[in-house]
Amino acid sequence: MSPPIPAPDVFPNKSPVPAEQSGSNRPKLGVYKFASCDGCQLALLSVENHLRQLADSVEICYFLEASSRIVPGPYDIGIVEGSVTTAHDAERIRGIRRDCRYLIAIGACATAGGIQALRNWANVEEYLSYVYAEPQYIDTLATSTAISEHVPVDFELRGCPIEPQQLLRVISDLLVDRQPRLARHSVCVECKLRQNVCVAVARGIPCLGPITQAGCGAICPSFDRECFGCFGPQENINAASWIGHCRSTDHATSRLVQLLRNVNSYDSHFREAGDGLIAKSISVEPS
Amino acid sequence: MSKSCAATRVSDHNAWLPTEFRIVARRNELADVFTLELAGPEPFRFAPGQFNMLYVPGFGEAAISISSDSDRPERFQHTIRVVGNVTRRLQKFSSGDRLFLRGPFGTGWPIDRCPSRDVVIACGGLGLAPLRPVIYYLLHRRSQFGAIHLLYGARTPRDLLYAEEFAVWQSQGIEVRVTIDRGDESWRGAIGVVTQLMKPLRWRPESTMVLTCGPEVMMRFVAQEALAQQVRPDHVFLSMERNMNCAVGWCGHCQLGPSFVCKDGPVYTYAQIEPFLYVEDL
Amino acid sequence: MADIDIGKRYWLAKPAFQNLLDALRELGYQVVGPTIRDEAIIYGPIERVAELPIGWWDDQEGGRYRLRQAPTDAWFEFVVGPQSLKHYTFPPRQTVLEGNQQADGQWKLTAIKPESPPTAILGVRACDLAALVIQDRVFLGSQYRDESFAARRERLFLVAANCQRAAPTCFCKSMNCGPRVTQAFDMALTEGADGFVVEVGSAAGAAVAERLPLKLASQSQVTQVEQRLAALIEQMSQGSESQTSAEPDSAHHNGCRSQRQLDTAGLRDLLFGNLNHPHWDEVASRCLSCGNCTMVCPTCFCSTVEEVPLLDDSQVLRERVWASCFTSEHSYMASGVVRQTTRSRYRQWLTHKLAGWIDQFGVSGCVGCGRCITWCPVGIDITAEVAALRSPQEIDRSNGHE
Repeated sequence: MSPPIPAPDVFPNKSPVPAEQSGSNRPKLGVYKFASCDGCQLALLSVENHLRQLADSVEICYFLEASSRIVPGPYDIGIVEGSVTTAHDAERIRGIRRDCRYLIAIGACATAGGIQALRNWANVEEYLSYVYAEPQYIDTLATSTAISEHVPVDFELRGCPIEPQQLLRVISDLLVDRQPRLARHSVCVECKLRQNVCVAVARGIPCLGPITQAGCGAICPSFDRECFGCFGPQENINAASWIGHCRSTDHATSRLVQLLRNVNSYDSHFREAGDGLIAKSISVEPS
Repeated sequence: MSKSCAATRVSDHNAWLPTEFRIVARRNELADVFTLELAGPEPFRFAPGQFNMLYVPGFGEAAISISSDSDRPERFQHTIRVVGNVTRRLQKFSSGDRLFLRGPFGTGWPIDRCPSRDVVIACGGLGLAPLRPVIYYLLHRRSQFGAIHLLYGARTPRDLLYAEEFAVWQSQGIEVRVTIDRGDESWRGAIGVVTQLMKPLRWRPESTMVLTCGPEVMMRFVAQEALAQQVRPDHVFLSMERNMNCAVGWCGHCQLGPSFVCKDGPVYTYAQIEPFLYVEDL
Repeated sequence: MADIDIGKRYWLAKPAFQNLLDALRELGYQVVGPTIRDEAIIYGPIERVAELPIGWWDDQEGGRYRLRQAPTDAWFEFVVGPQSLKHYTFPPRQTVLEGNQQADGQWKLTAIKPESPPTAILGVRACDLAALVIQDRVFLGSQYRDESFAARRERLFLVAANCQRAAPTCFCKSMNCGPRVTQAFDMALTEGADGFVVEVGSAAGAAVAERLPLKLASQSQVTQVEQRLAALIEQMSQGSESQTSAEPDSAHHNGCRSQRQLDTAGLRDLLFGNLNHPHWDEVASRCLSCGNCTMVCPTCFCSTVEEVPLLDDSQVLRERVWASCFTSEHSYMASGVVRQTTRSRYRQWLTHKLAGWIDQFGVSGCVGCGRCITWCPVGIDITAEVAALRSPQEIDRSNGHE
């Protein structure tokens, strides 16, 4: 496995996708699924009127979730949902990378390994023996990893699921040769824009909002729940201070680990924070 | 800081509403630098050193200094480097297209405080663009000033902006000295930093004003060299750059120490800006 | 009551308070007041007196806010919630420009004027009125006039309420912004046991007062409310030394044990003279760079204008959205982000608030409302940070507020 490449938040410096073309000369788009729940593809399908517009500006050549019609590659834009969990997938993503001029990884699975990355802390053989009667037929890797750990990715969109408007915006940015400017700041900024009352301060609920990247519109705090960190770390994360404060206000370490080891558990910042918390709790509170 | 000699103007009805201008000429300057010449229904009055917010719908606004002759307000120019979304889009604009902008904004160069003084203009790269209006201003009033020096640095001979005008300026009474970071076989001129061009000048520090624009690190060295030559800190002027959204002091992005670059700047005296010029990440 | 005089003090009995809400509505105002939602006291539409958080207190400390039943049945003994007048004068998101591409490809741009109905806001505190006056300077005080702020501002009818209690996070007295209401109100209320002393501050206020069953306040009514206000002012002047005793809540009438102070003497020069103080690194180790302090601050005015293409690229909105100096976007330039570190962002916020503001607007940007302390998820305390910057060496954090 190659070392992780920093999450790209600008398009690479290469020739733009031709936007002036139309009709059968529209830029070609492929949407691929790896280990995932399909939720990000469904999020894209859920914005129907915008999807039609998308179909006007690009030719959707490969999108099995939406259509069985396949136009052979190469493609201008490849959108990848899901993480790499099998040797076959690790090979398949290399082919897709070769086929697509721009490769955009979408969602927590594709950008951080997803909830299934919890296996990265466990023994997969042991898991298989619990789940499957005939585990010898299962061919899987010991880890679930982000797309960028296998091939260069041109842009990453976070979220579980992604915010489909962000994806549409990024595609339209690509079509008109415009760099995306997605917010990288905390969920708290969005939460306050919605005029929510802070659930952490007013209710004492441990909330990942201050260390999580915006993009979801602060959905969970808007419904009186804590942020679960679906969009991964904000650009200037200070997990140590957040953890220290939560511990000083008597939140159980186990609860904090649960929050950090969620869909973005294998993101490097969340992983380090969760691992550190466990290491500290073991050394401080020997069982 | 003295206010600019031209009246500061915003769009009459609403500070956010741009005005439409016509692009009457476009020329490529350097590989990634181009100039748009604009005209509107009325003369566009501005002070040398002021800037406009150029707007491309769907792409946003960019703060760009005005680089033409303020005594010829019927037409005005912006020299633009492609660095972001707006400027990359502007590159596609051509003569005959319409362009929206708000402005002019900011303080100008204090040329009304220059008469009977020597003027040293020390700049680097695209930093010549906001100083070109000063050059025209001085040339129109050449007899009112002492020695005028233009000291200009660029990376390579191919990065020299407005190079075809240097000879004209020289012939009209400006001492033009050029230096570059990296020469090629055809380059016969100086190689090195702009401050090296400052040292050999015959300084009359009590009656010299230094105007500088370019990368911050360059401006710091220029200012230090000027001070070393005994020029007064309030006779050294720098043009600063920060993120700008509104250009009228409301959005807060362009703060530099206690000031707003958009309305208290972009031109500052060294005496004003010195406490904040060397603080990291300010 | 006819013939209302600005400057005289009147008395509104509590049972007649509904008349005030009714009168405001009859005069065409939408009435907004403190009300309980999401376990906090925030502004919301008010029609009946019963919707006020009568008998509720808000306990506030760094990073902590809790409502609880008050030991009294007072109406306005809570302090300030997460919202301020900023939400009404400078909303979190507003469209300033709309662009439509015409059939010939040319763009038509239209400036958007705010549609804001006349709004009466009930229970506004001295710190928030001070913040409003500061925002007047920001948005209306230069050669450029923020028309949308002006439009919203002009349609506000402000019914102020003098504070009865101070939270430990309150330090308006230090900032000379309270607790007594002195400015920018149309009507001001000071609560007594069975009614309110009413002051009228404007012609609009007089027009409302004329419709109310007011009497001239008696000397004893005035004395009663003034004594309480004087006691509060005295408490806020005393500072933190007096409350570190282990006395239970009953030690003070208002149930607050500690009272923050901020020493403003020479503060501008202190901050600009200490831009490389080691304490900036210390506070950066705690700061989450989340931006909550800037969002709840009643004077923070930074915004970003976002370009929002609609549907396709033939229609765009330019939206002015609250921005925070704790984000990388705030100092983004094509050549790079100026303030990458939390150290530089916190320093920008604090020095702007307490020092730069003085150069820019002739006044400190802090009114001492304490919201940035309460609503900081890790309880960073602006008064403690300033104290630390005053000390030549680091303070011992264990002695800080916690």
